[in-house]
Amino acid sequence: MNTHASSVNYLNHETGFKSWFMTLDHKRLGLMYMWSTFAAMLLGGSFALLLRFELFSPGKDLVSKDVYNHLFTLHGAVMIFLVIIPSIPAALGNFVLPLMLGAKDVAFPKINRLSYHLYLIGAVLLVLAILTGGLDTGWTFYTPYSTSTDTSVVIAVFGAFVIGFSSIFTGLNFIATIHKMRPPGMTWFKMPLLCWALYATSVIQILATPVLGIALLLIAAERIMGVGIFDPALGGDPVLFQHLFWFYSHPAVYVMILPAMGVLSELFSTYSRKHIFGYSFIAYSSIAIAIVSFIVWGHHLYVSGQSALVSIIFSALTYTVAIPSAIKVFNWVATMYKGSISFTTGMVSAMSVIWLFGIGGLTGLWMANLSTDMHLHDTYFVVSHFHFVMVGSALFSYLGGVHHWWPKMFGVMYDEAKGRFWTIVSFLGFNLTFLPQFLMGTRGMPRRYFDYHPQYEYLNKISTIGAAMIGLAVFMIFWNLWRSLKTGKKASPNPWGAATLEWQCASPPTPHNFDEAPAVGDPYDMSLIQFKSDEEGYLPINPCEHDPLICKVESTEA
Amino acid sequence: MNLSFLPYLLTATQQERPETTLDGFLFPVQGSEAAAQHDHVFMILMYVAGFFFLLINAATVYFSIKYRKSKSPEPPKSSSHNNTLEIVWTIIPTVLVAWLFYIGMDGYVQRRYAPEGSYEIKVTGQKWSWNFTYPNGIQHNELHAPMGENVRLIMDSRDVIHSVWIPEFRIKMDVVPGRYTETWFNATRAGEYPLKCAEYCGTEHSSMYAKVVIHDRPEFDQWMLENGNLLADLSPVEAGEKLFSIKSCVACHSTNGTPLVGPSMKNMFGSERKFTDGTTAVADENYIRESLLEPNAKVVEGFAPVMTTFQGLLKAEEMDAIIEYLKTVQ
Repeated sequence: MNTHASSVNYLNHETGFKSWFMTLDHKRLGLMYMWSTFAAMLLGGSFALLLRFELFSPGKDLVSKDVYNHLFTLHGAVMIFLVIIPSIPAALGNFVLPLMLGAKDVAFPKINRLSYHLYLIGAVLLVLAILTGGLDTGWTFYTPYSTSTDTSVVIAVFGAFVIGFSSIFTGLNFIATIHKMRPPGMTWFKMPLLCWALYATSVIQILATPVLGIALLLIAAERIMGVGIFDPALGGDPVLFQHLFWFYSHPAVYVMILPAMGVLSELFSTYSRKHIFGYSFIAYSSIAIAIVSFIVWGHHLYVSGQSALVSIIFSALTYTVAIPSAIKVFNWVATMYKGSISFTTGMVSAMSVIWLFGIGGLTGLWMANLSTDMHLHDTYFVVSHFHFVMVGSALFSYLGGVHHWWPKMFGVMYDEAKGRFWTIVSFLGFNLTFLPQFLMGTRGMPRRYFDYHPQYEYLNKISTIGAAMIGLAVFMIFWNLWRSLKTGKKASPNPWGAATLEWQCASPPTPHNFDEAPAVGDPYDMSLIQFKSDEEGYLPINPCEHDPLICKVESTEA
Repeated sequence: MNLSFLPYLLTATQQERPETTLDGFLFPVQGSEAAAQHDHVFMILMYVAGFFFLLINAATVYFSIKYRKSKSPEPPKSSSHNNTLEIVWTIIPTVLVAWLFYIGMDGYVQRRYAPEGSYEIKVTGQKWSWNFTYPNGIQHNELHAPMGENVRLIMDSRDVIHSVWIPEFRIKMDVVPGRYTETWFNATRAGEYPLKCAEYCGTEHSSMYAKVVIHDRPEFDQWMLENGNLLADLSPVEAGEKLFSIKSCVACHSTNGTPLVGPSMKNMFGSERKFTDGTTAVADENYIRESLLEPNAKVVEGFAPVMTTFQGLLKAEEMDAIIEYLKTVQ
């Protein structure tokens, strides 16, 4: 194994702005995506805190009605397009995927760099929209509001359009990488489950994102040229936009949650030091979710005037998503059974997600249900439901994954006690923020309301206090990670004892990842990895002694 | 003449409106037949989801204590798959979700379309007010309906998408420009309820609100009589004052000098108005008429061009009455 980790690695082999900005190295691009999502998270999080403080009391507390409308729009747009969608696929995926495949890089490094540059251009356009009139349409851009408001809709939709291409190119790259760059011996069913999740995600990104692009361009065409697509005054149909928008944006929810599920599979297995339970069921359920995600968008339109028959079909299809989701959760919990569980920050995040995704996923049963959705649609119940899924599940998994791969990225260990403590604080703060919102919804508070009746005041106050707790905890999590770069203990190549290939190269990896071809085996067979106290980490024992078949396959293919 | 609603409208704030009355912990009171059906399905979902939520979290906590590293440093090798178990926990959720879908659909089919012979009220949404047109042509900004009768709402919007939500009735339906949507209810309790806009529609979205009043039949007929002949029963100024409320002008224009979304009407008539394009004009009858029919032709300086036209919503005599009333707002 590589023991000269501190010498030449991908972080220090070249320096200077250009060596990062124009890099083709998937690891450097992954890190830049990660820092970008962190920066965007602080921006989108500040918007969220302003919103919550405005809602602390009924009436006006901080900002005007119009500013409030801008804030919730920008909170949504920044968090979705700049944080969650690129978080696990682009940031962690770029860093980890080639390493997991024992490869040097992704299949198309130059397209990968182009993806990141498009993401930056899109982010700049969104900021430009904020500076030149803002955006008050909601992140959903519903027509005809979005074609009639005088805010910077055209610049903003163009930004989202460009970011869409970034997402498409990343998906394309990952599919090619997974098909063509698996090492000899790694069949589809010997891939780590994160690769399955990223594959399923990439399929969605490639097939669904173009539809969003088209819908957004049509908005621009209507605003600039007066083409009557959506505006009934020009002969268009505003509900058509909702179909086009959700044809992308519902699958996009799975672009957020599927890779998170992949990360969770790695976390549960590694920190339970046990083979993942039900590998093939988890793998197939990722594919099932990706396929079903395309045929459920109409559940966003139950109260749009859509016909009863169409709503009934969409309700039935939507309910089927619950099955593969439930299978995954059962298998994660079963993985812990008879394991040897370490409560690292990664594991605490993963266990939090069982609770948070439990709530987020199960409240989906109410949203999919035709009878209950009629009352709960467009209320705080929905707001809470999707925050439990997209923040409680996707972002908690992202932060768990960041802690998990942090030693590999930077070759240092973060402070475990602090990481765990602030993760628990953010978990508590999250529940405090969003559990009261279910009640606000069932009791009658619509979403996107600047003002509310005093009846909802104490629930809103609890929610705001929770949001402040999340803000503090996330800031401290970042601070703990940042500090580890200066003061963290040196990390061994495999500090957690995981069996996937990325832990066989140095921490941090050399510019070309692997000095020698890694030994491919079962990605979850922990029995081949043993703790060595003099290394302060885990080392593989000779796999041939355990499974001569692996060595036979390797030697014939080499 | 019952003018008791006027003070409430003129000072309409969230605090003074009727708000949902809670019945227990989760819901507003059940104000319609549909509400009982909704709450029934809601509670079934609660039991099913609650069971699985407790199951997975109890297992997670139990395993994490029992198999923590200090207790279980080198666990015996255990199985990593079990097809029987996988099939069992695939089939159970499949059967359950099929059932949950079915009970949701069953009630929905009845709640989606009104039975034949329902009492029909036309609902018009516009930024940021509601207008209800009754079968006899009466228009009002409050939704009055008889208790125990099927009431069908046939709805459209004059600008962007809005959504009618009456929490007590557990019904919600978007109000879309360029097409009609419909919903219906059969109210089971007399009383006042809120109707809220549930689809984001801009600055005053959270103020876009109407009062729902459910009467027993004789009281409803009485209300109809009293509100049917405003122009015949009242002087033009009095009728204009009432119309100024009923047509929701007060939602955006005060009469006491306070600018709201639009300019105040105090001392408006006869004054010189400065517009956003730099021109000026004296506010006379024609100016008011134009402002009602083509609101964004002349926009007073300091305000946004957000008013929606009242073309088709005001009869000629009603417009005359409003103009007469505005002359008196000093």
